Amino acid sequence: MTAIGQPIRRFEDDRLIRGHGQYVEDIKLAKMVYGVFVRSQVAHGLIKSINTEEAKNAKGVVAVITGNDIKEKVGKNFTAWIVPNSNQVSAEISSRPLLAIDKVRYVGEPVALVIAESREEAYDAAELVDVEYEELPAVANIEKAIQEDAPLVHEGVSRNIALSWQIKNGDVEKVFSEADKLIKQRIYINRAAPIPIEPRACIADYTNGRLTLWITSQNPHIHRFYLANVLGIPEQKIRVIAPDVGGGFGAKIDVYNEELILCYASSLLKRPIKWVETRSEHFVASLHGRDFLVDVEFAVMNDGRVLGIRGQSYANMGAYLGTVSPGVASVLHGLILPGPYRIEAFDYTTNAVFTNTMILDADRGAGRPEAIFVLERMMDLIADELGIDPLELRRRNYLPAGENIQTVTGLSYDSLDFSKVLSKFGEVSDYQALRDYQRKAREEGKYIGIGVVSSIDICGFAPSPVVGAVGLQAGQWESAVVRFHPTGKVTVLSGTHSHGQGGDTTYAQIVSDTLGVPLDSIEVLHGDTDMIPMGWGTYGSRGTSTGGSAVFKAAEKVKEKGKLIAAHLLKLSPEEIDFSNGNYFAKTDPSKKLSIQEVALHANVGWNLPAGVEPGLEAQAFFDPPNFTYPFGIHLCMVEVMPDTGEVKILKYIAVDDGGKIINPLLAEAQIHGGVVHGIGHAMYENIAYTDDGQLLTGSFNEYALPKAHFIPRIESYFTETPSPANPLGAKGIGEEGAIAAQIAVANAIIDALEPFGVKHLDGPYTPARIWKAIHQSNGKNEN
Amino acid sequence: MKQTINLKVNGEACQIDVEPRTLLVYAIREILNLTGTHVGCDTSSCGACTVLMNGKAVKSCTLFAVQADGCEITTVEGLAKQDELHPIQQSFKEKHGLQCGFCTPGMMMLACEILQASEEMSEENLRKLLKGNLCRCTGYQNIVDSIADAKARMTAVA
Ligand code: FES
Ligand code: FES
Repeated sequence: MTAIGQPIRRFEDDRLIRGHGQYVEDIKLAKMVYGVFVRSQVAHGLIKSINTEEAKNAKGVVAVITGNDIKEKVGKNFTAWIVPNSNQVSAEISSRPLLAIDKVRYVGEPVALVIAESREEAYDAAELVDVEYEELPAVANIEKAIQEDAPLVHEGVSRNIALSWQIKNGDVEKVFSEADKLIKQRIYINRAAPIPIEPRACIADYTNGRLTLWITSQNPHIHRFYLANVLGIPEQKIRVIAPDVGGGFGAKIDVYNEELILCYASSLLKRPIKWVETRSEHFVASLHGRDFLVDVEFAVMNDGRVLGIRGQSYANMGAYLGTVSPGVASVLHGLILPGPYRIEAFDYTTNAVFTNTMILDADRGAGRPEAIFVLERMMDLIADELGIDPLELRRRNYLPAGENIQTVTGLSYDSLDFSKVLSKFGEVSDYQALRDYQRKAREEGKYIGIGVVSSIDICGFAPSPVVGAVGLQAGQWESAVVRFHPTGKVTVLSGTHSHGQGGDTTYAQIVSDTLGVPLDSIEVLHGDTDMIPMGWGTYGSRGTSTGGSAVFKAAEKVKEKGKLIAAHLLKLSPEEIDFSNGNYFAKTDPSKKLSIQEVALHANVGWNLPAGVEPGLEAQAFFDPPNFTYPFGIHLCMVEVMPDTGEVKILKYIAVDDGGKIINPLLAEAQIHGGVVHGIGHAMYENIAYTDDGQLLTGSFNEYALPKAHFIPRIESYFTETPSPANPLGAKGIGEEGAIAAQIAVANAIIDALEPFGVKHLDGPYTPARIWKAIHQSNGKNEN
Repeated sequence: MKQTINLKVNGEACQIDVEPRTLLVYAIREILNLTGTHVGCDTSSCGACTVLMNGKAVKSCTLFAVQADGCEITTVEGLAKQDELHPIQQSFKEKHGLQCGFCTPGMMMLACEILQASEEMSEENLRKLLKGNLCRCTGYQNIVDSIADAKARMTAVA
């Protein structure tokens, strides 16, 4: 029996398609009251006064809480990533009060919490809170923020620089002096956001000496840890439940002020409080992503070999540091910038910059999409400069195939084999024919462009000692429990959280194969800190490779214990026993056997166990991988640009990805679909825009365009499998690959299409207006 | 001042009291406790709240509950007949048309309207018909395939 590798249909679907999912907003508790936040409408200002009297007297209002009311009673919300050797600003500066005190630093910052008997009453009363501000000069973009005379978001933080972290290796001076050509570019990757379709929500219930928080979270244990730290509640008294969660993409990693203050407020009122974010609120108050300004220079030889890279990045962090944003701006970005290429020398400084905007953090890929964007944009510029085909240029620079491949930034790629991906790509794409078509089409006055990119991702976010050494104040191992019930059915607990990925199904596949138990006898549970062991949640494409491996390890332990019991019952020694397809049997006589279900019953009743063996048949495992995993791939995007309007039509999209061993191809492919469309969206439609003084211009789906079904073509997705040596499953993770590769594949395709107009580089988002402008700034001249 | 309205929801007649400002989606979710219908935005953009009203797909966040007085409403909970899934539900499962499941009820209700049309539909047209509903997880491909699959199932039965 093998379930691994099969396109098993998901077990989680049944409740979701019947409308029986349970998302946070669906939960109602007795005596529940509703919270609504009053948010700053200015980007930077002193709070002169807050008048809550009228709101407090409004119908249904239970309480109105401001920053000053809680100042002495709660801690601040802080970042969990302190990048070593980076001069990162102190926690004193980067931490945020749960409700603004004296000063506001971005539009949307929570200023007061209004709690009422009904949601409507809370909204009505929130309108009555009168906040008087003295506005201060604000700064919203990177270039302005790093000027010497820029307004300071935090006093004393010169040029608004929150941290600077340099990676240097190899003889940079030498390769830059000996190179045939130096190619340089400034690249800006615009701000976007993760935008799950379910906004954030939480219910805090601190009524009986224990706190229960239902929350839209990708990582409930991290929330528990923060609640203990910020509110001073003993951790064992806190239960965090992340039930069905409507997508995350990074937006639901962070611990936000709203849930922390709600928990505190519930302890005061002794009533459960619910808060549900509106979509407009989501745009101002849930984390944003990307927003990197990068200056790079590549040292290349005329034969296309890239010898060295040097440069700087500036990430716009917003007004405070997010839960993991210092790492997104530095470690997760800079270390992967050399990508899959053999580079001799590297000198790159990552900077994080404060501005008066919403906090930046992890948006599907978190730092890596920006790195691969820069790298692959440069590879196209180099190909163009040297007259080498873009795919050929990449081929000439790939690192060799193998395991534990060292990079110039000190990473060790677990396993890499671009020849495999290339040959699959050759099979499915007919790249030359596409180039020929492009050439012919151009002769006919059609503007076809092809982007073909190589990408690589850092996943798993393990090993814990390494992430600790680069400043993450957390572990990144994962946990699981596999438990046999007396009836031979199995419950699996995981410290990861599934919010669309399908972990309930893939983990069951792993257990089914390991223990020979039918899939429908297995139930996977997650998302409740009272039920599951400590775990770190789901992000960084870590579910399968790290969480799944913990599940595998726990199942193996169960199998081993079962063997002791089976041997005892069969009157044999454990060495004389084998296991396959759910049965323990005598090696010499397979007819002497016991099913694992029979063994489970024996274990659970405990009537006849071998000496020294405890009753029960369950095991807990913690898996801390020895290395990160590095999925990689080649993506191709072909577009047509309409010169009269600047519109782009995507004609073809091919993704060839190596995610190591694929547990469920149906779900893996769907991760690629979603990721690719996330990348297409970020490239072509999505833009978080602020005015220079920090007013958000894109505060709803009317201004922020999420890709729609008819904007995009079919995605052709293929896999190769180069197993990872870093975990027992050989899995790498595939959640972010699509988003990483697609944003730049699309960008390169569009810029390639504009080549006849003399356009060499263009920053996104690649909207018709920008493209039209780029065409017309070249005087509309077709230089061919 | 609350008003009394009469609805037929998933085949059952019911009478509820609502404020004039109560949106249909909140009447469905919070008064009738049918929480399968979701709220994903406040600008009528996402379609997570889509239900059938007298057989037509509507965004229930764009209607006041009082506007639905006397109407027949079908929500996602009304699709399956006891244990037996509706073809659109079977197809979403079979074709992996959902990930987080948040957009899914709205997508399926919209699909129900689309599936009422008898003529064949190109993929491009089908995609255009989905334009009022957003999904962040699936990239739409498997949603489109699910609806096409449901069409095939329903034609086979008819
Ligand atoms: S909630 Fe109705 S369209 Fe978004
Ligand atoms: S399945 Fe998650 S938004 Fe569509």
